[in-house]
Amino acid sequence: MKKLVIFFLAIFLPLFVITLLADQEEEEEADQKKQEIKLVNYIRKANRNTREIVDHSKFEVLKGHFENAHKVTEACLGCHTERHIEIMESPHWKWERNEVIEGKGVITLGKKNTLNNFCIGISGSEATCTRCHIGYGWKDKSFDFNEPTNIDCLVCHDQTGTYEKEKGAAGYPKENVNLNYVAKNVGSPGRENCGVCHFWGGGGNNVKHGDLEKAMIDCSREIDVHMATEGEDMSCIECHRTENHNITGKLYALSSENKNRVTCEQCHTEKPHGDDILDDHICRVACQTCHIPYYAKANATKMIWDWSTAGKLDGDGHPKHENDADGNHKYMSIKGTFIWDDHVVPEYYWFNGLADHQLIDEKIESIPVQMNSLDGKYMDKGLCRKTSTPSKIWPVKVHRGKQIWDPVNKTLVQPKLWDKEEGQGTYWNDFDWGLAAEKGMDYLELPYSGEYDFVETEMYWPLNHQVAPKEQSLKCNDCHTRHNGRLESLGDFYLPGRDHKAGVEIFGIFLIAASIIGVMIHTVCRIISGKKCKLNNYTKN
Amino acid sequence: MKKVYLYKGYERFWHWSQSVLVFILIVTGFEIHSSYSLIGFENAVRIHNITAWTFLVLTVFTIFWDFTTDEWKQYIPTSKNLKAQISFYLSGIFKNAPHPAGKTISSKLNPLQRLVYLGIKVFVFPVMFLTGFLYYFFHYPVQGIELSSLEVIAVLHTRGAFAVVAFIIVHLYLITTGRTVTSNLKAMVTGWEEIEEHETKHIEEEIMAETKTLIRNAGEKSGRRKLRKAKEAVAEIV
Ligand code: HEM
Repeated sequence: MKKLVIFFLAIFLPLFVITLLADQEEEEEADQKKQEIKLVNYIRKANRNTREIVDHSKFEVLKGHFENAHKVTEACLGCHTERHIEIMESPHWKWERNEVIEGKGVITLGKKNTLNNFCIGISGSEATCTRCHIGYGWKDKSFDFNEPTNIDCLVCHDQTGTYEKEKGAAGYPKENVNLNYVAKNVGSPGRENCGVCHFWGGGGNNVKHGDLEKAMIDCSREIDVHMATEGEDMSCIECHRTENHNITGKLYALSSENKNRVTCEQCHTEKPHGDDILDDHICRVACQTCHIPYYAKANATKMIWDWSTAGKLDGDGHPKHENDADGNHKYMSIKGTFIWDDHVVPEYYWFNGLADHQLIDEKIESIPVQMNSLDGKYMDKGLCRKTSTPSKIWPVKVHRGKQIWDPVNKTLVQPKLWDKEEGQGTYWNDFDWGLAAEKGMDYLELPYSGEYDFVETEMYWPLNHQVAPKEQSLKCNDCHTRHNGRLESLGDFYLPGRDHKAGVEIFGIFLIAASIIGVMIHTVCRIISGKKCKLNNYTKN
Repeated sequence: MKKVYLYKGYERFWHWSQSVLVFILIVTGFEIHSSYSLIGFENAVRIHNITAWTFLVLTVFTIFWDFTTDEWKQYIPTSKNLKAQISFYLSGIFKNAPHPAGKTISSKLNPLQRLVYLGIKVFVFPVMFLTGFLYYFFHYPVQGIELSSLEVIAVLHTRGAFAVVAFIIVHLYLITTGRTVTSNLKAMVTGWEEIEEHETKHIEEEIMAETKTLIRNAGEKSGRRKLRKAKEAVAEIV
């Protein structure tokens, strides 16, 4: 017996120690990596805050009074020559980019011409939508995209927090903005600069993304580990690295190619966990999937937008506006009915970095209309297939809606929504869908049958922000579980712990039951045969 | 009654470590399969994988041992007494009939055991290893080689696991069908098995034959040790 134990220890102890040591080494390596990332971030932050930058308030050109916003741009470009060329090539300026969509060729995609299932589209209502454009004066098709002084430098570079664009003024600042003061206090864009458009897209805080909102201007680690003020305190451009005004990162609501993306790996490397099994997951599971377990963690986001109920006016014929219990818009006469949610569990889809879009002049082939659709499936394993990298499982906010379409031509419809005045046939003023549709489609010179209806739509927003502290990331059995797992609906592959074949289960249970029953019958027979059975005699001795 | 030294040290070590390892593999494996929740999925996976590696080392070692000691011959299937052995379990055992195939040192296993153990050694465990390692290494694309789906692998692995469980149930029961309810168990623990007088004759002959060769090689150290062992064994019998 003693020998057995010694044998056992001699062989298994070393094995155990080796595996434990190897594990520990991996973990230490990962820890070290983490420290390095923190250090790099710390140094960058220190550089940012202590670097001697020019003091714009000392420049003569910025001291005089600016007649209008264009003059500020002129002053900027006086020193920062050629920057306007970079800007004018950027999607932030053009609100479109040329992208290849599989099966459709090169398509010009962007806010300029692509519809969504929020405020639908800008055409015909530019002057209000372009409040988020980095320019001055885009009120209709006549806007001059080649005029450098139309660029709005301040909205991104203002450091005072006092610069604000006017509502419905095609991107011009409010009258009361002190252009002098702002122009003298410019710098690298902070989160407020990006946030003023990207947090408020869709007409309200966190309406669109669900993972980008005003709370992130000053938030805790629970909300976002990267942006936490008492923590890494990273600004947007820390990840969305920018050179010559070419900002990395883009959103699949409006783009379709796998390029110019921002990735977690650019800092965290492809082996961040110190654990082989977890690191292996990176091959088919996006970091975001486990590390963004919930989105809309501070304020709610819009989940459903039903335009078909719009247009109900109150007793006096005025538009109505009702809020839900949490203070979010529930019904607006101009927009219809909304459903909001917070701490939302994402939906999960395979995604290979390519997306398709329902273009405005394209026939609708299936309902719900996929405003944009993320490409990918389990069998798309990269390597010689569509993309060089495999499809990964991604967390996605799906925004569902019901919006106007042309059931005869089977296309989406761009209604004209906004105008300064009533009587122009815009829906938000006159509440006549037919007229708004006619006006909008006419503006775009697109066919409209004269009939409209409402159609269900879906839009996919891959999640990237509001990364949770690691203790809150998903655990194995959030997915590897038989019932109610996060990946329950992603059925095109075998997932250990979730899947089992009925045939195999029946085979197994049958085998085990047969063994047990056989053994029991045999035992009973032995007992019954009693004395005749030598075995029983012996046990009695 | 005579005592015979039937199971050598390594053999017992191998048998009991294997039983511990397979037990761990089953418990953790079926947790991975979500049949129940015991220690948590993550722990189950970690322990299953470490244990699988350990089991591989043990198995490679044992195959090596089987061949160096000629023990592999124990598993050569034979049809001699096969029917008799089956009918013993089906009826003889209830009528106090003797075990049809007597145990000897060079033939410890009855014909049924030979068949089943061989099946496990060359079929069930290799399938478990093969599918297990495919499961482990090829579930994600690796330099262009990948499985189109885990499903085939997982199904085989799970079927195998069920088969192993069924085997263990029957195996545990059959332990009690030795000379006495516990004699088989004792033998596998201590190495010594009690054998009835009339069955010891050919064992004596066997030991004598072996002893003679050992004496011939007695110059070597290991030869001397084995000789001492053999002498002890004979002493017990005689
Ligand atoms: C008697 C031996 C074994 C039994 C009873 C057993 C049992 C199981 C079971 C029931 C599963 C769950 C399968 C599923 O639901 O898809 C599993 C998974 C697995 N087994 Fe085994 N297994 C054994 C040996 C091995 C061996 C030798 C390996 C070799 C590496 C191995 C590697 C794996 C792997 C990699 C998984 C997938 C989960 C994971 O990554 O740990 N198993 N096993």
